Amino acid sequence: MSGFDLSAILKDPAYVGMLLHGVEMTFVIFAGSWLLAMTLAITLLSIRFSPFRLGEYFVSAYVSYHRNVPTLVQLMLWYFGIFTLMPDGLTSWLSAHNAETIFAIVGLGLCQAAYFSEDLRSGLRSVSSGQMEAAKALGHGYLSAMRFVILPQGVRNALPPIINHSVSLFKNSSLAIIIGAPELTHAVKEIENLSFRTFEIYVIGTVLYLFFSLLIMGAGAYLSLRADPVQRARA
Amino acid sequence: MITDIITIIQDYWLLLLIGQYPNGPLGGLVNTLILSALSISLAFPISILFALARLSKWRLLRWPVTALVYVTRGVPLLMLVLWSYFLVPLLTGADVPSFLTMLTTLVIYQGAFLSEVVRGGILTLGHGQMEAAKALGHSYLGAMRFIILPQALYNMIPSIISTFVSTIKDTTIGYVINVPDLTFAASQVNNQLLTQPFQVFLILALVYYVICWSLTQVANVIERRITRRRAGVARAAAATLAPSKILSEQP
Repeated sequence: MSGFDLSAILKDPAYVGMLLHGVEMTFVIFAGSWLLAMTLAITLLSIRFSPFRLGEYFVSAYVSYHRNVPTLVQLMLWYFGIFTLMPDGLTSWLSAHNAETIFAIVGLGLCQAAYFSEDLRSGLRSVSSGQMEAAKALGHGYLSAMRFVILPQGVRNALPPIINHSVSLFKNSSLAIIIGAPELTHAVKEIENLSFRTFEIYVIGTVLYLFFSLLIMGAGAYLSLRADPVQRARA
Repeated sequence: MITDIITIIQDYWLLLLIGQYPNGPLGGLVNTLILSALSISLAFPISILFALARLSKWRLLRWPVTALVYVTRGVPLLMLVLWSYFLVPLLTGADVPSFLTMLTTLVIYQGAFLSEVVRGGILTLGHGQMEAAKALGHSYLGAMRFIILPQALYNMIPSIISTFVSTIKDTTIGYVINVPDLTFAASQVNNQLLTQPFQVFLILALVYYVICWSLTQVANVIERRITRRRAGVARAAAATLAPSKILSEQP
């Protein structure tokens, strides 16, 4: 094998196609699980803030499980375990519709929801209780005080950890390789097997991951800046 | 279902605990814990060096370490594991066991993450500590060694335990390069049974849960204790300055 040569991979349309497909599927998994996680996180938070005690226990058990069990094991339990317990009709439908990707989205999304809901909760808790009292004194009802006073501040406080956890979610999408989802790491491994250019393909894969991670971090930093009226007025 | 789980545990507990040992390499839960403990104890001194380098006034020291930390934090651990799997044997020219490959990766990865924790701990102490130490005649390193680091690291104990928990969780990624750990043992059990994958992986999840949850609880207890101690120190200091104000606050 000759020396370091990126063009051996980048000039081969077949390899480039595999890489692009990998990036695409990584983003499908990332976007799908992000949306699932955020929806679930808001649902969990609503249950937690509701007056039922049982809901509170359920949510803390949910969060505790998903934070204390490795994500890889959670994915294994979904794909190798729960998948086999499903009724036949559902199993064959899932198999026909890229079950690996679907389970990666479900597994990562359910896991990430625990982190997102904690981020949102601590963001909301950091809004001082005086804000609610002041809003009520100004004639706001509970819902309208939430809508105009508490939530805007709470969500803004929650942005930095949510951005951090979004980057981890993006990186964790690589774990989907163990259940065989065709994402970026999968494409990298496949190209490695075909081309034997291990060093080059790892450089390309690493640069791609780093590029998108930094992009998400940058977009998040921009968003936090935009969401802060003080910073925005200064800019 | 529950009887299945109990039967699996009765039949395979030794394999899950120590792997093939003594007829093969040490594995299972014990190996997972050894790998995590080694990783964190090697990553710890490295993280202090990284943090000091990132806070250093010399660019030659600051920039490469900052770049390393950013790369490590921006790339999936799985990618770094694959890198080590490929590079470590190439650099050492020897056949390296997967345990060592995983250990190398985890030390660098957790070192980078812990260095942010240590850096945060040092930064929250404020400039006054360093200035006071220097005024007392300490050099930079002496001040770090005797004044700054002991306080910063004490405050960071809960975060360090959390990093230990994430290290335990991260060891599972060694599965892709066949590190004989708990996850590997569970998949071996699954391959032998074939019929009860859900039960096997549920046991796996529960074992990790029990360990990580207990450690998280320890971190919480220590965090509360540190907060209380800090509050106590602050109250005592305030009491000597303004005793009347403190008295009026008591119920």
